[in-house]
Amino acid sequence: MPVARVVVDVMLKPEILDPQGQAVQRALPRLGFDGIADVRQGKRFELELEGPVDEAALARIREAAETFLANTVIEDFTVRVEEEAK
Amino acid sequence: MTTRVGVVTFPGSLDDRDAQRAVRLAGAEPVALWHRDKDLHQVDAVVLPGGFSYGDYLRCGAISRFSPVMETVIEQAKLGMPVLGICNGFQVLCESHLLPGALTRNDSLHFICRDQKLRIENAGTAWTRDYSAGQEIVVPLKNGEGRFVADEHVLDELEAEGRVVARYLDVNPNGSYRDIAGITNAAGNVVGLMPHPEHAVEPLTGPTTEGLGFFTSVLKQLVNA
Repeated sequence: MPVARVVVDVMLKPEILDPQGQAVQRALPRLGFDGIADVRQGKRFELELEGPVDEAALARIREAAETFLANTVIEDFTVRVEEEAK
Repeated sequence: MTTRVGVVTFPGSLDDRDAQRAVRLAGAEPVALWHRDKDLHQVDAVVLPGGFSYGDYLRCGAISRFSPVMETVIEQAKLGMPVLGICNGFQVLCESHLLPGALTRNDSLHFICRDQKLRIENAGTAWTRDYSAGQEIVVPLKNGEGRFVADEHVLDELEAEGRVVARYLDVNPNGSYRDIAGITNAAGNVVGLMPHPEHAVEPLTGPTTEGLGFFTSVLKQLVNA
C-alpha cells in the first residue's frame, strides 16, 4: 500500500524576533559564508498517512497544524503533499 | 473549612513541590493533581507550576495543554475559578488560549537565572490582592523561553484594561514586550507570571518572602467570594 507523505512547515511570523535565526546568521560570515542577509529558523513536520491524501485528509492535517503543530499567535504554517512513496 | 489549592504535576514539572509548600505556608491545603486525571478533586483554585512539561517538545506548554486535567482547568477557569500559571504554567495558559500572546526564546538566547525586581501593576486580580498597585518585589526568575510577545493591538488592549499584572524593573531579562512579566484575563481570575513567587516564601531559601502574597491573595479571594 502506498504511503503518502504530507509536509507541514512552521515558521515564526515575520514580525516575531527569531533569536536562533539571528545567532545562525551571525555565525555564517565567521565560517566564511558571506552574502546571507537574513536567516529564519523554522520547523518541518513530515506526516505519513495511512490512507489516501484526499481533501478530507488534508483538511484534518490543516486542523492539526492550526490547533497543535503551530501556535498561530506567533507562527505561520504551510501544508503540502510531498510524494507518494512506495 | 480549609481552602484547597490544587497543584498540577505534568511529566517534567519541577516546581510542583515548591508550589505546594507555598500554598501550605500561605495557610491553605495543597492538593496534588495528576495531569492524566480530569478530576480536580474539589479544589478551590489551581496552580500550574514551573518546569519543562513534556520536555518542552514542540513548543513550551503545547503538549501539556491537551492533558486531560487541562480540559477541566480550562472549563473551570472560564467559570471563574482562580488559576495561576508560573513560568511553564504561564506558557501552558497561553497555549490554552486562557491568556493572550505567547512566550518565545529569550532575546539573548541564554537561560537566565537571577533575583528579579518586579512592580505589581494590578493588585485587583485573584492572585495579587495582598499587594498594592505599584509595590515593588524581588523574586527569583529562571527561564529560557520567557519572552512575552503579542501583537500591538493585544498589547494596547492589555495596557488599556489594566491586565498587565507585573512588569520587570531595572532589567528586562528576556526581551519581553513592554517589560511584561505577568498578565491576567479580563475577569482577573487567571494570571500567568514568568518569575517564580513560590521560590520567595521563606527567608532560608528565597531572596525575600515577597512571593507569598500571590498565595495569600487567593485565600482571601476565596474566603470573600
